[in-house]
Amino acid sequence: MEPQGLSEAVTLVQTNLDIVWTCVAAFLVFFMQAGFAMVEAGFTRAKNAVNIIMKNLMDFSVGSLAFFLVGFGLMFGVTNGFLGTSGFVLWGEDWAGGAWSFTFLIFQTVFAATAATIVSGAMAERTKFVGYLIYSVIISAFIYPVFGSWAWGSLGSGSGWLENLGFVDFAGSTVVHSIGGWLALAGALVVGPRLGKYGKDGKPKAILGHNLTLAALGVFILWFGWFGFNAGSTTAASGDIGRIAVTTNLAAAAGALFAMVTSWIFGKKPDGSMTLNGALAGLVAITAGCASVSGLGAIAVGAVAGVLVHGSVRFFDAIAKVDDPVGAISVHGVCGAWGTAAVGLFALDGGLFYGGGLHQLGVQLLGVVTAFGWAFGLGLVVFLAIRHTIGLRVSRDEELRGLDVGEHGMEAYAGFQIFTTH
Amino acid sequence: MKLIIAYIQPEKLEDVKESLVAHGITKMSVTNSLGCGQQMGYQETYRGVRLEVNLLKKTRLEIAVNEEFVEPTIEAIIAGARTGEIGDGKIFVVDLVDCIRIRTGERGKVAIG
Repeated sequence: MEPQGLSEAVTLVQTNLDIVWTCVAAFLVFFMQAGFAMVEAGFTRAKNAVNIIMKNLMDFSVGSLAFFLVGFGLMFGVTNGFLGTSGFVLWGEDWAGGAWSFTFLIFQTVFAATAATIVSGAMAERTKFVGYLIYSVIISAFIYPVFGSWAWGSLGSGSGWLENLGFVDFAGSTVVHSIGGWLALAGALVVGPRLGKYGKDGKPKAILGHNLTLAALGVFILWFGWFGFNAGSTTAASGDIGRIAVTTNLAAAAGALFAMVTSWIFGKKPDGSMTLNGALAGLVAITAGCASVSGLGAIAVGAVAGVLVHGSVRFFDAIAKVDDPVGAISVHGVCGAWGTAAVGLFALDGGLFYGGGLHQLGVQLLGVVTAFGWAFGLGLVVFLAIRHTIGLRVSRDEELRGLDVGEHGMEAYAGFQIFTTH
Repeated sequence: MKLIIAYIQPEKLEDVKESLVAHGITKMSVTNSLGCGQQMGYQETYRGVRLEVNLLKKTRLEIAVNEEFVEPTIEAIIAGARTGEIGDGKIFVVDLVDCIRIRTGERGKVAIG
């Protein structure tokens, strides 16, 4: 349209700038899928690499379709108090036009896919591919969008009961990461540990990832993509973008540093894989509060996440005996919960440490607990249902030889001799 | 002195190592190898095209022992590697002419132990 005067022209430029920034951010978040694929492939064995990349490729593909057809309407449609009921397949939109809905849909699609793909790493190296595909449809079409509608519905046409209580989760520490993390916990519990993970005495054994170089590339890609994830959640071109990029970066840096120092103290040497997890832990934790904390607050949130992720990985490995090859439950579930709660402590407006009292913290904890109940509870139901129908786990022989040959009939590193002795 | 060479399924290596240690044998060399026997291989596909894989991944163990350890070593390998399926592998026993420990220059029986 042609602007009629100066103020209309300014508005038009701002509108288009919002669309450009939100789309660029969506594309950055899309690239995080590559980050997840590389982290997960690197932290697992060479004989399962094709399976890992197939899961990451397909949960995005299946998830994109499911979210467009069903999930988006449940999450952002006009709500009946429990979930959204309109806006499926962007019904009624002008497909020749340039409405905001299209930008909003692509941005929300890549977020839904991020939640879905978190689970793949925790269940790596032993899960039946077809079972994983079915889970992908269910999270993207139902589990993620329904919880999302409670916290973010008003970003669309809905109105969520959690957000109406004052729950703050700016870019999704809980909505995206904890939901994915608690589903990962349910999945890893139901599918059981990998063969050889626990000795006859019940002690955990290390099963080494085959390529930490790839894992590091994945973490750098995720860190890069996270600038879109957090700063993009403004969905508007404004000075907030720069501020949120600063808090995001500080938390990631503090997470990496504190995870490294913690691993140095407990393990005598700075552990590369744990430090990589620490950077991600800081990123997950700051996601909820990236727009409402100061720089020093962001450092505190990230630092605690870095220490927490180390303790949590050790806890799930040695005490709870849940086999999570990449640390997804700790990074996304536990640090997502921490980051969400931390808004109640560090928010400049309403946080406990800034004289805001306990109200915000209470609301944040309610959100954290609700997310756990919803995702972990439904996760158990879904994964148990899959286990008792089509089966969730590959055979012992297939697991030993590797899922690449067993599930996909091909190898990731043809021409190389890969040890399959462990 | 004998050199015992065994080809086993890669995934049985952990079991074989455990069984060898239980029989008092703690020294061995292990290499990756490819081979074919009665097992005949399997099919993969690559971009829709079928691919016969008939050289299978195997693991090769070499253990040099004095005479009194020959039978325990063979027993231990069988105990760890046997599933009863085709493809469990083979054990070869060959005479060993000499053995020298590089660090000390010791030869023969003492160098092996």
